[in-house]
Amino acid sequence: MADTATLIGRPSIGQPTRRVDGPLKVSGGARYAGEYFADDLLHGYVVSGSIAKGRILSIDTSAAMAIPGVVEVFTHENRPRTAWFDSKYQDQVAPPGSPFRPLYGDGILYSGQPIALVVAESFEAARDAAALVKATYAPEEHITDLDAVKGQSYVPPKKRSGIAPPPEPRGDAEAAFAKAPVKVHETYRVAVEHHNPMEPFATTVVRDAGGKLTIYDKTQGSQNAQAYVTGVFGLNQSDVTVVNAFVGGAFGIGLRPQHQLFLAVMAAQALERSVRVVLTRDQMFTLSYRPETIQTLSLGSAPGGKLDAIMHHAVAGTSHFEDYQEVVVNWAGLLYGCDNVKLSYELAKIDTYTPSDMRAPGATLGVFALESAMDELAYAAGVDPLQLRLTNYADFDQNEDKKFTSKALISCYEQGAERFGWSKRSAEPRSMRDGHELVGWGMATGVWEAKINKTAARASLTETGHLEVSSATSDIGTGTYTVMALTGADAFGLPIEHVTARLGDSSLPTAPVEGGSWAAASTSSAVVDACDKLKQALFKQAQSMPDSPFGNVDFDGVAFRDGRMMLAADEGSSVKLGEIVRSARQHRMEAEGSAAPDSATQKEYVSYTHSAIFVEVKVDEELGVVRVTRIVNAVAAGKILNPKAARSQILGGVVMAMGAALEEETFADHNLGRFMNHNFAEYHVPVNADVQDIDVIFVEEPDDKTSPIGAKGIGEIGIVGTTAAIANAVYHATGKRIRDLPITIDKILA
Amino acid sequence: MSSQDAQSLSPAAVPIRLTINGTERRLQVEPWTTLLDLLREQEGLTGSKKGCDHGQCGACTVLIDGKRANSCLVLAVVKDGAEITTIEGLGQPGNLHPMQEAFIEHDAFQCGYCTPGQICSAVALVQEGRAHTREEIREYMSGNICRCGAYTNIVDAIEDVLGQSSTLREAAE
Ligand code: FES
Ligand code: FES
Repeated sequence: MADTATLIGRPSIGQPTRRVDGPLKVSGGARYAGEYFADDLLHGYVVSGSIAKGRILSIDTSAAMAIPGVVEVFTHENRPRTAWFDSKYQDQVAPPGSPFRPLYGDGILYSGQPIALVVAESFEAARDAAALVKATYAPEEHITDLDAVKGQSYVPPKKRSGIAPPPEPRGDAEAAFAKAPVKVHETYRVAVEHHNPMEPFATTVVRDAGGKLTIYDKTQGSQNAQAYVTGVFGLNQSDVTVVNAFVGGAFGIGLRPQHQLFLAVMAAQALERSVRVVLTRDQMFTLSYRPETIQTLSLGSAPGGKLDAIMHHAVAGTSHFEDYQEVVVNWAGLLYGCDNVKLSYELAKIDTYTPSDMRAPGATLGVFALESAMDELAYAAGVDPLQLRLTNYADFDQNEDKKFTSKALISCYEQGAERFGWSKRSAEPRSMRDGHELVGWGMATGVWEAKINKTAARASLTETGHLEVSSATSDIGTGTYTVMALTGADAFGLPIEHVTARLGDSSLPTAPVEGGSWAAASTSSAVVDACDKLKQALFKQAQSMPDSPFGNVDFDGVAFRDGRMMLAADEGSSVKLGEIVRSARQHRMEAEGSAAPDSATQKEYVSYTHSAIFVEVKVDEELGVVRVTRIVNAVAAGKILNPKAARSQILGGVVMAMGAALEEETFADHNLGRFMNHNFAEYHVPVNADVQDIDVIFVEEPDDKTSPIGAKGIGEIGIVGTTAAIANAVYHATGKRIRDLPITIDKILA
Repeated sequence: MSSQDAQSLSPAAVPIRLTINGTERRLQVEPWTTLLDLLREQEGLTGSKKGCDHGQCGACTVLIDGKRANSCLVLAVVKDGAEITTIEGLGQPGNLHPMQEAFIEHDAFQCGYCTPGQICSAVALVQEGRAHTREEIREYMSGNICRCGAYTNIVDAIEDVLGQSSTLREAAE
């Protein structure tokens, strides 16, 4: 069975490599945030509020306090004091506004808001007591329906850092659209989705005798969580360590600190005990979500499909207390060449929690609309959908007037179409059948930004010749551990078993939150730099050793392999790395390195990953059931560091797109202002039976500008465009154009 | 290790006997404690995961007398005398069960949170002898949600182990 070729021997970047954290994950040894213990551990259980807006009039905790084992019930009336200024609650990725403060006052801002924390000696006692906390409210009029407020939309006055606003209009899109011979003008929507990582949000605060806190938190950024805790609770950085060694999925919901972190730390500080707070699956639906967004797309083209006008307008819901923003419309001015473009993005406030980044935030929505509209244009112009993309191919970025660092999208189209057999498609909708099922073939393009963020890493070599590479980045299932170990092994020519990767700890070298597909490229580039510096330090040390064979060469004249430093010209002359460390009279030698975006490059170039997705669906006409039988996703993402884990990232994005396209929808009851289907029985995500063949192709794409290591990142690209390709396949199968996701049975049969 | 010592248990606690991963355990259990919470909180066996606590996700799948079950739906007291196998008991690094090996080889997980449940479920599926095709594997593995979307790799891993066990059977015949 298991092909051990990938396990032993010298690995190198670009070879399929098993995950180094695999053995722990398959044997139950990987510990997640809610799985740490302490002798003095207390269990916290959150009580969620039941109205969408208003004030708490009274809160009775006496019955809860009477349950044996209950230690304290925290509410807004007795909570300890925390920071006053909004800035203390604003984390690295917070949008502009006033972040929500748990238990801060009697005000209710959204349904499911935490109103109390019950703390008890056992989980069961806390849970039972939580049911006995009784609150009365003075409700106020709420609005959770985006359609009711979309008329009051506004351009966000303060931009969210890192989120590009729509570019200035170019040409005259309105005039060009008015006289275009071929037109598409439609509205597209995607239902509210919840991230639903399998691991519920959890925080275990372990408090030592001196009051120092080790916080095991479910987060995509240990240092982001640490900064939040020190800011809000007025603690010293040296007294707070945040650990997120294993994260059971996050998909963006772990970027910002969630309320269980605040509540667990608050209780631990007040009670001077260790405390764990774990949210229930229901409560996971009271956290953030992918914002509902209403989009209007107008495309005008010449008879052959050459685009002459693009207009994309989006209105997205946000909370009353923060202006969440993501890039929804800019893609329409980027992906295809067009001289008349007008893009706009506005917000409207509703009484929910603030939405958040969810896998390929913005692009998942905007590219769905764009690529659906392109499919409609293909039919309107009577050209093949793939041909339409080629006709409008963009060689440079007209939004910013910059070149691409690399763009192998043509290869994606070609190789994807070839693998899928696109040329055998018959153009007419409803023209292909398999027994009682209609068969549909659809395609779309995907795009996501590629970038690196400032990241530091350390490389350290022990006297036994073992290499450790570390950084405070996270691995949320993305394969960061493995990519770091692989990079270190590659730099030193070591077997991967001789390399340990450490991450997920705020005390390690500085790294940003893990998101946006930048972690692999940023962290591995920083590891390369750290290893380089360590190699130079080792070289210097080796030169000073008695009888050093390296006296007469410079650094370029040595090579590193199998735990030795050797003369490149005479490999027989070598010294063991451990010996070099010992000669320095040390147990280990270490060096720090870093990676950061290059501003000179950024002045001239932009960088994106691209994909071409081809989908086959089979639709049972009588039952309206859609099965996705085949997907080919061809991806151009620069150098692929570990094809094994990279492929999994694409598979994951594709499966999530299948959910978004066909299943996932959080229903709101606007009378109650509450999400109704807050569990896995009623919020459907894809299960094994829903997923058939997924074929991932990574096309060659040399890129020496995006990151020093040549990688672009692959966490998001798998989902982008895939929803549109599915919707386009459904149209081809059935002749029904469904513009609001998910495409459920009722819409097919309507 | 245990976070909940005997003193913190209420007088309602009752004695039960379980064989957990081959070791006999005499335990005091409150009647409202689920097998999952007992394993995770009292026995420190956190390999069995809690994804929903409602029998909807499969993350808590363990083997009870050899059969797969959602341990969040089982009250521990009703399993007095049962034999429980958790992911920790299937195999440990250096001595992994073939299904654990296959999951690593086929990259059948990402975050790893659903993985113990998937593997326990997969081991039971092979023993049940019901799955012969990819389609059947998919169907019988649909009680275990993987939000990371590793499904195709999970099927590859199970197919791999099924192939081995049928080869073994053929060799034995
Ligand atoms: S935790 Fe038991 S089925 Fe989800
Ligand atoms: S591996 Fe993350 S949920 Fe399955």
